[in-house]
Amino acid sequence: MSGYLNIRNLSVSLRGGGPILRSVTLDVAAGQVHGLVGESGAGKSMIGKAVLGTLPRALQITAGEIWLDGQDLLKLSPGQRRHRIGATTALIPQDPLTALNPSRRIGPQITRRLVDILGWTKAAAEARALELLAEVDIPDPRRVMRTYPHELSGGMRQRILIASAFAAEPKLIIADEPTTALDVTVQKQILRLIAEMQARHGTALLFVTHDLGVVSKVCDSLSVLYAGKIVENARMRRFFMHPIHPYSAALLAATPTYTNPQGSLMPVPESVIETVEQEVTAHDRRWGRR
Amino acid sequence: MRDARSELTRPIGVRLWLSGGWLMLLACAAIFAPWIAPQDPLAQDLFLGRMPPFWENGSEAGFWLGTDSLGRDVLSRILYGARLAMIVALVAGTLTCLIGASLGLIAGFYRGWPDRIISRFVDIWMAFPPVLFAILLIAVLGTGLTSIIIAIVIIDWTRFARVIRAEALSQSAMDYVASAQVAGRARFGTMLTEILPNVLPTIVALLTLEMGIAVIVEAILSFVNLSISTDSPTWGGMIAEGRISVHQAWWVLVFPLITLFLTVLSFSQLGEGLKDRFDPVLR
Repeated sequence: MSGYLNIRNLSVSLRGGGPILRSVTLDVAAGQVHGLVGESGAGKSMIGKAVLGTLPRALQITAGEIWLDGQDLLKLSPGQRRHRIGATTALIPQDPLTALNPSRRIGPQITRRLVDILGWTKAAAEARALELLAEVDIPDPRRVMRTYPHELSGGMRQRILIASAFAAEPKLIIADEPTTALDVTVQKQILRLIAEMQARHGTALLFVTHDLGVVSKVCDSLSVLYAGKIVENARMRRFFMHPIHPYSAALLAATPTYTNPQGSLMPVPESVIETVEQEVTAHDRRWGRR
Repeated sequence: MRDARSELTRPIGVRLWLSGGWLMLLACAAIFAPWIAPQDPLAQDLFLGRMPPFWENGSEAGFWLGTDSLGRDVLSRILYGARLAMIVALVAGTLTCLIGASLGLIAGFYRGWPDRIISRFVDIWMAFPPVLFAILLIAVLGTGLTSIIIAIVIIDWTRFARVIRAEALSQSAMDYVASAQVAGRARFGTMLTEILPNVLPTIVALLTLEMGIAVIVEAILSFVNLSISTDSPTWGGMIAEGRISVHQAWWVLVFPLITLFLTVLSFSQLGEGLKDRFDPVLR
């Protein structure tokens, strides 16, 4: 197995209910950006949450393996897993408004992981935080460290969360639709910032999004998810030139372009949906509704 | 964009001033009662029975708010009564808060079986009529300050548990809790550093409310003569005695009643005012 994160046949289902993820298999190579696209409700975020161990209580992992740097996370004890994830991975969350603790200042929220997990001294962690805030173009980082989240705009907060994610030099970052909650104008800046930071730090990135346009800009490879099932894993160039699965092709065709903004706005055809649904039921029939 | 520092220097509202002022006054009265009370609160003098307050005809100098049927000074008894009221409010309120809020926090954050046990317990507990339950408890525990406090704690922790559980539940769903978990924080640490500071404003509001309720419960218990020994003055006891002679000497009933009313009102207003000020913005 090559790559930093390897997910093998991961199945997640509601406790005592139907499946949410169906035998998901995907790889994120070290230092590469892997896109994860799908409609809302396809289970994109759940893959990230399963890796990070923050699945909602109602869900459980029923089968599969999550290999992180050659170690199956699901075979570790909860404490070991938490420590391992804390030391090697980070999350850029979807909604910057709820991702910072409203009652604590920015500074300690960035430095806590450095101090807690990596055992840095407080002074070193603070110096590092200042450096990172400057790196994500926060004006006057020293002042911002002392502010509370509600004093900052959404874009500023997302920058802080990005800085915070990169603070401990993680090997893997999971970005869960990091631009969805932001203004379109800010989205572009944030996207560029994430791409820059990723390139500079050489971090592997699992980029969850529903926006193929975004994927084409930042990713090296991608997985397309439908109803909790991966319909296609592909390298970027190959995917855009020649998508294999009809759903992928339909998805690509549905993406509006600058040259033809009106005409290209078409839904995924019924027949394609039927094909994917058939695959999903076939999967469920074979593996049982677990 | 608002600045947190300007929030803190914002002038304190009238509500906070008035309620805080009254409670400070009462606290002073409780602490300095032996020095500021004009009379001995227990001294009886049948020749001075049912003296009216100072602005009415036939009042006696030195007995500002009149005397009861046994000739005891109403003002002095109210001042001494404040001692018991304040002790009960502080001790019972704080203990109730500590126990109830801890259980609520655990239930709301950990969910699962701790939540099931605590929540079912709260449901059962809340089915008891509180006043009856209090009287029953005192009957079992015997009268006295400690018994009153224990009774209040046993009855009222559920209020905290239920409200704080709900708050902790909604806070736990926030992304910053997930972030703390991803950062490798232990569960218990996450609860203390992420959840607790955000439910603190609610805890404070509930605490002051609870102090008011503790004062009322104590008054009810002394009204039915189940509080501490009858010879120390209590507001509830004074109200009970005043009730009998309300047509001859209204002041014996009315003054402790007003004091009690203002105190409970102040506690609840103080809580509301504090919550407004310290609630993290953007909720």
